[in-house]
Amino acid sequence: MSTQMQQLYQQVILDHSRERVGDSDLLGDAVAGPHGSSHQVNPTCGDEIELETEINADGGLDVRWSGDGCSISMASASVLSELAADNNVAGMLDIEAKFHELMHSRGTLEGDEEILGDAAAFSGVSKFPARIKCALLSWVAFKDALNQAQTSLKE
Amino acid sequence: MFSRLRNDFPILDTRVGESALSYLDSGATSQKPQCVIDTFTEYYSQRNAAVHRGAHSLAVMATDAFEAGREAVANLVGGSPEQVVWTKNATEALNVVALGIDRASHGFGGVAAQRFGLGPGDSIVVTEMEHHANLVPWQQLAQSTGATLRWIPVTDSGELDLSDLDTIVDDTTKVFAFTHVSNVLGTINPVDTLVARARNVGALVVLDACQSVPHMPVNFVDLDVDFAAFSAHKALGPTGLGTLWGKSELLNALPPVLTGGSMITTVTMEESQFMAAPQRFEAGTQPVAEVAAFTTAVNYLAEVGLDKIFDHERELGTVLLDGVAAIPGITVLGSSENRIGTVAFDVDGVHAHDVGQYLDSQGVAVRVGHHCAQPLHRRFGVTASTRASTYLYNNAEDCRRFLTALAEVRPFFGLQ
Repeated sequence: MSTQMQQLYQQVILDHSRERVGDSDLLGDAVAGPHGSSHQVNPTCGDEIELETEINADGGLDVRWSGDGCSISMASASVLSELAADNNVAGMLDIEAKFHELMHSRGTLEGDEEILGDAAAFSGVSKFPARIKCALLSWVAFKDALNQAQTSLKE
Repeated sequence: MFSRLRNDFPILDTRVGESALSYLDSGATSQKPQCVIDTFTEYYSQRNAAVHRGAHSLAVMATDAFEAGREAVANLVGGSPEQVVWTKNATEALNVVALGIDRASHGFGGVAAQRFGLGPGDSIVVTEMEHHANLVPWQQLAQSTGATLRWIPVTDSGELDLSDLDTIVDDTTKVFAFTHVSNVLGTINPVDTLVARARNVGALVVLDACQSVPHMPVNFVDLDVDFAAFSAHKALGPTGLGTLWGKSELLNALPPVLTGGSMITTVTMEESQFMAAPQRFEAGTQPVAEVAAFTTAVNYLAEVGLDKIFDHERELGTVLLDGVAAIPGITVLGSSENRIGTVAFDVDGVHAHDVGQYLDSQGVAVRVGHHCAQPLHRRFGVTASTRASTYLYNNAEDCRRFLTALAEVRPFFGLQ
């Protein structure tokens, strides 16, 4: 097995792709608090995700999603949900920015595990240009949904 | 013969990391023999000039090269050279027909084009196994004209379900567009049955021949289709070139959608007259070097023989099909006996992208995703599949390497 394959499919990614955090029934507008949802599709492969996020009274976040896609995209959504449970809005926006930077680093950056948690395991993905979109699919949905939730919070 | 001609394709010697390359993605695009690659150098170093204008010797040679392409294609698929229209790709060729009908439906093209007119109460029929290129333009045409879009469903075995053919294609049907061979399943459709039904109701037949022309003997005159489209790059030729083939009477009546230079006879400040086909569809500077290279490709295919290519690929296709079906946890999409060397499948528990990534790590190139056929994948209850597709340069070793790697996929992802 090539080293690149092992870097791409790290055990933590394979584990998240099977035991998915946040993969659950969506609540839609049944959510009382400020919330948003986003549907994202990767048109080249048909991978898709519907993700919703809710800002709690204490500034924490709930993330739920439903999707269909490759191990990279599904594991990424799972890792995102895990991180959202432990971070507030500002923290997640910081993580999102750092993850985005990591994915576009073409393998030159090593993810900071202190900040990125399991998402640091995706550093190997950045060497596979065709798979970067897979890793970012849920994060694009999250950013969009969070933006809506923040807008509804201000209203 | 086939073991020798593999040497004509330099890219097949490429290494993928530490592995040799087994290229099983010819359904997406074919590799090119050295003679086709050399034609570009030869054309640009010896014959390059603007075609159909200028009186100098180079212009004559370039024009000859350009027109010789039509003759080669006509020899390959039937008809005469003026029935061969160059387009950017097969997608454009299909759009030229759909948009031409759209223009005719909105009054363009005068009396001659009225035969194409569509409106509310008319229907356009496609199939559930179409590539998006032979589906989306017809959806657009239906929207633009108020006509209804209908489709022939696909059976579990991956064949067209013709049990309701006579009600789906009825007296309202003005266009019947379908693929000769499914780009996903490899199924060869019964063109004669479909054309016969179209003739009964007076519908135009548009054939997507992208997956048939490169892999089997095809004669559009014998098939009695009205229009047909295929691409050069899937048939050993270059990218950037497609072919629209049509019956002359129809080509000369269909309003062009791309207008401008090189396609007119007389232009005044108020209006313009158009040339006869094929030039009326070829506005602007054409891909002349690509035509020259494609001519070399077509002659190469003719020399090998499409009948022999078909037999060779069927043999490989059978090895692939039997081999894939024998691996636990894999479901082949479509089981038609009538097929080319294309096999699409679903690996239980492993997404197609991950399957393709693993195969690539072993030097095996396949296609993953929806292959521009989302409705067909939905029909089989999957969003994506993995597809192995052969061509004349593939051999038993490619099949063996593919099957060995494929058998390792589920174990790699921790599945039994």
